[in-house]
Amino acid sequence: MRSAPASILAVTSEGPTLADQVDPRFGRAGGFVVMELETGAFRYVDNGSSQVLPQGAGIQATENLVKAGAQVLLTGQVGPKAWAALEAAGLKVVQGVEDMTVAEAIQRFRAGEFAFSDAPAH
Amino acid sequence: MRELVILSGKGGTGKTSLAAAFAHLAQGKVLCDLDVDAPDLHLIAEPAVQRSGPFLSGHVAVIDPDLCKGCGACEGLCAFGAIAKQESIFTIDASRCEGCKVCVNRCPEEAIDFQERLCGSWYESETRFGPMVHALLDPGQENSGKLVTLLKAKARERARQLGLDLILSDGAPGIGCPVISSLAQATLALLVTEPTPSGLHDLERVESLCRHFRMPTAVLINKADLNPDYLSAIRSLCSTQGMPLVGQLPHDPAVVEAMVRGEAVTEGPATPFGDEVRHVWGSILHLLDTP
Amino acid sequence: MIVAVASGKGGTGKTTVSASLASVWKRPVMAVDMDVEEPNLHLFLRPTWASAESVHLAVPLLDEDRCRLCGACADFCQFKAISLLGKHLMLFPEMCHGCGGCLSVCPEGALRRGQRELGTVEVGITGEAIPCLTGRLRVGEAMSPPLMRTLLGKAWAQKELEARDMVIDAPPGVSCPAMTAVRGADVILLVTEPTPFGLHDLRLAWKAFRPLGIPMGVVINRAGLGDRNVQGFCEENVLPVLAEIPFSRDVAEHYARGGVLARLDAGMKERFEALAERLERMALEGVTHA
Repeated sequence: MRSAPASILAVTSEGPTLADQVDPRFGRAGGFVVMELETGAFRYVDNGSSQVLPQGAGIQATENLVKAGAQVLLTGQVGPKAWAALEAAGLKVVQGVEDMTVAEAIQRFRAGEFAFSDAPAH
Repeated sequence: MRELVILSGKGGTGKTSLAAAFAHLAQGKVLCDLDVDAPDLHLIAEPAVQRSGPFLSGHVAVIDPDLCKGCGACEGLCAFGAIAKQESIFTIDASRCEGCKVCVNRCPEEAIDFQERLCGSWYESETRFGPMVHALLDPGQENSGKLVTLLKAKARERARQLGLDLILSDGAPGIGCPVISSLAQATLALLVTEPTPSGLHDLERVESLCRHFRMPTAVLINKADLNPDYLSAIRSLCSTQGMPLVGQLPHDPAVVEAMVRGEAVTEGPATPFGDEVRHVWGSILHLLDTP
Repeated sequence: MIVAVASGKGGTGKTTVSASLASVWKRPVMAVDMDVEEPNLHLFLRPTWASAESVHLAVPLLDEDRCRLCGACADFCQFKAISLLGKHLMLFPEMCHGCGGCLSVCPEGALRRGQRELGTVEVGITGEAIPCLTGRLRVGEAMSPPLMRTLLGKAWAQKELEARDMVIDAPPGVSCPAMTAVRGADVILLVTEPTPFGLHDLRLAWKAFRPLGIPMGVVINRAGLGDRNVQGFCEENVLPVLAEIPFSRDVAEHYARGGVLARLDAGMKERFEALAERLERMALEGVTHA
């Protein structure tokens, strides 16, 4: 299923700006750039609360995304537990997004270049 | 990015000695010592630490003796036997406390503090074999796999920074949390075993674990000349489970001799054993490069 | 008395020493394999198995009809075993530590005790009438300590009932599982090898277990292979070397056939009998090293 514009997009990011690199990790990502696609307005959501956990970081990260109102997630890869959590929360996930800036990831998403995943990467 | 994780199930089969040799032979990689409980790779690699940091994980409950009224409610609630009476008050054995927060939550005097737990330290270093990422868990700490996950992430980051595409990880013995965590995102698990009852038994368990997590595996039989019957049994297992056998190495004093010199067995003067290890590495590289 | 045979490094010979000690022990004894991830003791003692029992951890089960999605359980859980994601309360039973906290905070009584299989505890008896208990972790189960605690409870009960001494084969390392295995012992026997890895991990084990205040002794296995730094370390730190087992091809091959080392020959038997005596004396004297 090709990606189509949705309202609120989250990208795992190594920093708070659109020029920062996509963080390929989900659970232990530094944070998320969360953007409202219609207006282009975005903010940075810190994911520190997940990083400190001994286990279940992906689950906490999902909770953080739900609180931020995200509907779509762009990231490198997601583990099986996080996948289950994301699925339950109703988020659509694009994996394999890495080695590019957040800005580029969003642009490619808007252009319909990404496909939604139907399973965790591993 | 390719990651080779070296496991064994059983300890003492030669995982770390061989990891050191592969570290010597491999071009363009980041080394990672994931045996955070009892790391040994650094004894050969001799890392010069560039960066280090504390490893914080989970929490520990601590009773304030001035606030405790000795009611003992906490002791009854603790599922882990961590709380005991000491004279008129109660105390928590940090090594048994799992940081579940039940006692903290229920203490009528709010006498229990919930503190972040310092569990060890991580290190990013340089070695003659290239960059290395390693850690040491403090004694008695829960080896939950979080430190392993942290090290793997650091290794990946370092590799990316340097434009390298191979991570060589020395794993932990057993099949528990740290081993499970070491498999995440790995390309291949190399199982080092020996032809003995324990070697075979433990190989079966770690192979089963890898299969459970759909991790491709290959096998290396070390000290292969110890027992022909078990050698045969392990070869059969490899065949039945479709695991490529990358080599059979004889029991050779060269391994310990090199260790005592602080060298990988492939460093220093050429030995027949060293040559066989080079051959094995070639086979492993081939597997890593084949999707 | 309880002897825990431990080691910082894996593969030094814990199981070899445990099996041999149990086989020469003069008083009634039982052998307990606490290396639940990779239990090997039974491969040498060869007990006839009498029972195998599944061991479970109490984990929460959700009654969706009663759940009002208040999230109190998810807020409480330190291990992310419960998570409230939008309109779904998700359970991750494999993350649960069995603390019971969620069950007690739920205002609706929507959570009840279910179970997760940790593994099995197997009980047997050897041809020499030595009871043998083994814990075997389910492959895929991440946590050892809960199974180890159940195993220890059973072993302790049998020990008291039958008035036996106990030899514990501990898991390698010095983290939580190893600590769980050694902490109740009267004496800890550290098995090492005279190599740089052996010394490094012996030092880790000595530092880790010292605060327990339990007398410790050392067995140097594969003596002759390597260097003499382990002996040096033991001398410096007043850590008694209670036995040395010389490296030999015969010993290695005997082990590779699953043979109990104390039965290799008369010399080896005496070596382990002497070790057993020294251990008893250490336990009685209660000598510790601060």
